[in-house]
Amino acid sequence: MHELAVTESILNIAVKHAQQAEAVRVTDLYLVIGRLASLVDDSIQFYWDIISSETVCQGATLHFKRIPATLLCLDCQQEYTLDDELSPCPNCASSKVKVTSGDQFWLDSIEIQK
Amino acid sequence: MSASSTRVTIVEKILGANDQIAAINRALLDKHQILSVNLMASPGAGKTSFILTTIQSVARDYRVGVVEGDTAAVTIDADKITAVGMPAVQINTGGDCHLDAVMLKDGLSQLPLADIDLLVVENVGNLVCPAAFNLGTHLNILIASIPEGDDKPYKYPAIYRGVDVLIINKIDLLPYVRFNMDYFRQGVEMLNPGLITFPISCTTGEGVQEWIHWLRVKVEAAREA
Repeated sequence: MHELAVTESILNIAVKHAQQAEAVRVTDLYLVIGRLASLVDDSIQFYWDIISSETVCQGATLHFKRIPATLLCLDCQQEYTLDDELSPCPNCASSKVKVTSGDQFWLDSIEIQK
Repeated sequence: MSASSTRVTIVEKILGANDQIAAINRALLDKHQILSVNLMASPGAGKTSFILTTIQSVARDYRVGVVEGDTAAVTIDADKITAVGMPAVQINTGGDCHLDAVMLKDGLSQLPLADIDLLVVENVGNLVCPAAFNLGTHLNILIASIPEGDDKPYKYPAIYRGVDVLIINKIDLLPYVRFNMDYFRQGVEMLNPGLITFPISCTTGEGVQEWIHWLRVKVEAAREA
């Protein structure tokens, strides 16, 4: 639901770096989004098409790389990846687990033309 | 692809700008020795009742300032706070589903910070979006309530992960609602091991003293910082 604010931030960061690199056009943006980040690709794309028009990023393609959520069992030290619902350790069924990644989202790189 | 195409590596957190403003908010709150809490919950979990109950319990010793985040220009919640004699400011998010650090910064500028010991920020009723936006407050508190159901940690993991305190409100309704506390707590434990939890009822007052006792220790620590 907060994709508009997120998309605005993506645009701001991309424009800033495009200006620094003296780009005339940004053609591609590579985004990395963790599974637990609660962001919907289609929704970001929808806002992107609207707010990027008439900027250096107009028409740029968004590429989403989803990274899985990884958990560490604090009882048996088993590391495991979450596919669907939050689940206890598959090795020892403990609920004492720690999420080690999966809630990050960042702009990894952009493809520009000078 | 064009021959002049260049890849520029960025690796920048998408909400990094928000985090910078959050740091400014934190510094301002620290300067005034205010303990600040960001209160998050779904609509109807009892955020405003919880704030009023808290104010009632500490009003003799502390001044409580409240920032009310709402998606519409209704001052129902802020009016309830000012009615009990505490300073409140209403932030209309203009339909946005969350408060961000810039909105809080604006809210703080409208409060008499020198006269406040405890700042409560009532975030927009929503279990998804507020979790993504750091405000700069000292404690993130989530209010879950019994009628919402016991599956919420499984459905909204992000918000359960990022909180420092969990309030389980409306426990007076446990006899009337199907709510498996063990299942609920197991979900919470997986996301946030050892999370400080206070089961309470703002209606009957059950559990409120334990929460207030814990809160007082934190407010005192901030005052002496």
